[in-house]
Amino acid sequence: MASTLVTSRREVPNEFRRRLSFALALVVALFGLTVVRLWHLQVSTGDEYRSLSEHNRIRLKRVRATRGTILDRNGDIVVDNRPSFDLVLVPEDTHDVPATIAALTRLLGPEVGDLSAIVAAARNRPAFEDVVLVRDLDWEHIVKIETHQFELPGVSVQVGPRRTYPFGQMAAHLLGYVGEVSQQEREQRRGYHLGDLIGKAGAERYWEDYLRGVDGGQQVEVDSVGRRLRVLSEVDETPGNSLVLTIDRDLQQAAEAAMEGHDGSVVALDARTGEILAMVSRPAFDPNLFARGIRLSEWKALVDDRKRPLNSKAVQGTYPPGSTYKVVMAAAALEEGVITPFTTIFCGGGLFFGNRTFRCWRPQGHGAVNVHEALVRSCDVFFYQVGQRLGVDTIAEYSHRFGLGAPTGITLEHESGGIIPSSAWKRQRFGEPWYPGETLSISIGQGYVTTTPLQMASVMATVANGGVVYKPRFVKRVESTDGATVREERPEVVRDVGFKKSTLLQIRDALSDVVNSKRGTGSNAKLPGVEVGGKTGTAQASRAGGDKTSQKGWSREKRDHAWFIAFAPVDNPEIALVVLAEHSGQHGGTAAAPIARKVFARYFGIPDEDEAALKRTAGFVPLHDQYGAAIRLSALNEPYPGGADADADAEDHAQD
Amino acid sequence: MRQFDRRLAYHFDWSLLALTLAIIGGGLATIFSATEARVHTGFANNPLVMRQAFYASVGFVGMIAVVLIDYRRLERYAYVVYAATLLLVLAVPLVGTVGGGARRWIDLGPVSIQPSELIKVSLVVALARYFHRSQATGDVRLVDALPAFAMLAVPGALILAQPDLGTVGVIAIVAFSVLFCAGLRLRVFVVLAAVAALAVPLLWGHLKPYQQQRVQTFLSPEMDPLGAGYHVIQSKIAIGSGELWGKGYLRGTQNKLNFIPEQHTDFIFSVFAEEWGFAGAVALLVLYGGLVLRGLTVAHRAKDRFGALVVFGVVSIVFWQVVINVGMTSGILPVVGITLPFFSYGGSSLTTMMIAVGLMINVNMRRFLF
Repeated sequence: MASTLVTSRREVPNEFRRRLSFALALVVALFGLTVVRLWHLQVSTGDEYRSLSEHNRIRLKRVRATRGTILDRNGDIVVDNRPSFDLVLVPEDTHDVPATIAALTRLLGPEVGDLSAIVAAARNRPAFEDVVLVRDLDWEHIVKIETHQFELPGVSVQVGPRRTYPFGQMAAHLLGYVGEVSQQEREQRRGYHLGDLIGKAGAERYWEDYLRGVDGGQQVEVDSVGRRLRVLSEVDETPGNSLVLTIDRDLQQAAEAAMEGHDGSVVALDARTGEILAMVSRPAFDPNLFARGIRLSEWKALVDDRKRPLNSKAVQGTYPPGSTYKVVMAAAALEEGVITPFTTIFCGGGLFFGNRTFRCWRPQGHGAVNVHEALVRSCDVFFYQVGQRLGVDTIAEYSHRFGLGAPTGITLEHESGGIIPSSAWKRQRFGEPWYPGETLSISIGQGYVTTTPLQMASVMATVANGGVVYKPRFVKRVESTDGATVREERPEVVRDVGFKKSTLLQIRDALSDVVNSKRGTGSNAKLPGVEVGGKTGTAQASRAGGDKTSQKGWSREKRDHAWFIAFAPVDNPEIALVVLAEHSGQHGGTAAAPIARKVFARYFGIPDEDEAALKRTAGFVPLHDQYGAAIRLSALNEPYPGGADADADAEDHAQD
Repeated sequence: MRQFDRRLAYHFDWSLLALTLAIIGGGLATIFSATEARVHTGFANNPLVMRQAFYASVGFVGMIAVVLIDYRRLERYAYVVYAATLLLVLAVPLVGTVGGGARRWIDLGPVSIQPSELIKVSLVVALARYFHRSQATGDVRLVDALPAFAMLAVPGALILAQPDLGTVGVIAIVAFSVLFCAGLRLRVFVVLAAVAALAVPLLWGHLKPYQQQRVQTFLSPEMDPLGAGYHVIQSKIAIGSGELWGKGYLRGTQNKLNFIPEQHTDFIFSVFAEEWGFAGAVALLVLYGGLVLRGLTVAHRAKDRFGALVVFGVVSIVFWQVVINVGMTSGILPVVGITLPFFSYGGSSLTTMMIAVGLMINVNMRRFLF
């Protein structure tokens, strides 16, 4: 039984053979049909196709879509397109390429450069593809070319949109730039052709899919020398969508102007939404260089520049936050309850810990100070003590709550997260335990701690808005060409730090006094009519010796960074700001605070009078108040600038 | 034992091997012609030709290996092979790499494999095994065939998601060929055809825009003379301009001037037909026809159902791909991205198809052994 079953299963049924013959018939029929089709194409109508192939004059002309514009929050143009007249050659349509090139050079003059080299470089392109000889012809040349068309077979002038950044370097790192699509990008993304532009950095890159639009095309019949006879059919291009930024162009320009003469960064945030109102990184580059095709020498100059103009210092640069970090420290201390607002700590100019002295920036000390005074006068000893009470891991936890130590998630490339050290971090990174002395350095924003300017702006915004960490954004919405909203970006809450209301209010109160009291280190930011709060910082970039006061003669890389983080108005904060003057060698209150004042002045529409006038309004500014906290970990012997007399004066106000 | 081997060797089908190698050789020469315009190397330095030759030798080893194993042993592991291939297809969305807008490849360092090519053969083997053991003989009802439909549907849905409409079409038509041969009632085919006709308008909405465009282009090429329609027109010009005797090897202008899209893969037939003319194209079709007819003979003579169905299924893969590919390049079928077996550039396709030929030889060789 079993064996018969097996046999019957194995057998090929007769039906199979019958159907096999049907399959055979189908095979013969379809192959036959295919041969008939080929006969029709190749033999019956073959000569027609032969002549079509010999005179293959139907050219596919892509009409590149106009890239969407980029507008600021008020609808003002930030990035635009303008027509560019390019001289193109189709070598296949030219019988004698050298002669044509010679004629062109004769017409345009020698300043057009070596055109034959351009043609030679393009020999691997697909046949009949244009070679762009000269971009952006001026009118005189266009007229010359047009009137000599008959001597110039295969040559034509094509008009196309050219990306233009009318404000040059303004917000270059945020806007980014476009460039010709690379081989790799063409393999990864559908629909890009040789010579197409693609966003390479910044907003241009991250919003590429919206900005790009859809190419149109023309099927064009050309004559035997490539002159266009007629358009056989056409598909219109669809222009890209516009990007509406959160940036305020006026404020951005004010911030750019205020940074004149400095390197570093300014970031202004709307404290209530996380929208970026202005973002400056200096030195910058001109995106127009990329739009017209950057020359190798220009590119090398940008890459080799030690100040790294291509890097966005706002999001890629990491710096020790210096005394601005005391804001985080104060919040942590008040929240953890290691101090109360009334806890006073005596500052005698330094703290002996382990086998060395950790100095306060003010050698003669601040006397007994509470947290308010410690912030206003940027007392280091107070925060050394607070740091010891908190311990490194608690400091790290609070820093993380503020969003430090991790990228903010802004849609810009290569964002740094900075470093917030902890004992676990150190074990992993160096294989060493955490030494208590290191906590002291951390407490004043030195040592291993690094942050980006954007992160510190976000910290300031969080303090200002009552404890909400927003994801910083710079795009408000995407609009189609007819003005309809294609995509709307909304404020994104990362987390609520969950602090007591009083904690942040106390800090804000102290930060107001930093700017507005006579004792404060940030009085250069004082603005008539608007109450500004802020915190200065002077971050040590190196441990070099020498004249630490002026830092003159120090190489640039060794000079201190000047910080100022600020917000305004204090009672109802709208805007949060960070200013970082990289390697300025000056103090936060001297170098950074005046920049912040100028930005605030523009934001609140207050005419920013000259320095002297402002001082008159703001009253007498004690000499030492011009300096932010300057922290040196190495032995510091010479007296700090400002002199004992001036400080003694200030001492009287210290316990107000 | 020795005698056993000799008897096997005696029945080794040299004609199948010769036909296959002849087509592969023609393919290598045509790939060279199609890519030389762009890379300007010699034959031995042409990277695509060399890679294809490498894949051909890998395929040859695979073919010999398949010939050596008794196919009845293979029958036992049919589902294992099928499941393993299915896992690879499943892995594509997870670890696959993107090319041309679709995720189809799994990158293995120096080579990347396209599991949707492998599934064609393993599906045939699995279906053959199912009907081999099925109680229904010759008169298969829809209910009996349901597991077979499931075997088709799972990889079909996965590949549709890649998206690769063309491959789904091929595995579907191959599976239905096997079902037809296994004896699925003819009225089931009629009902399924009717259902499909009703389903088309529903599915239309789910196609990717470019897929819709391809079908539209096929229905009326002048609608999109700039995109896909342009390619079909240029492909037709290439084939037609070959006339009776062709323009000569390496002298196809449509090819050299880059008027033909996907010259070394999907549209390689256009390159070949332009350079070798109607005579060459028919000669190539005769080689394919010989392979297919020889395959059908092997299927006819096979001693058991598994062998017959495997061979028939494999033959149908070759047959349908040839017909669809030539049809689309010559403008009578929509452009669906189906390669010309043994001829188009592509390692996964070539090695799989060579293994498939190994199966045919295997079945033929063992037809007297029991």
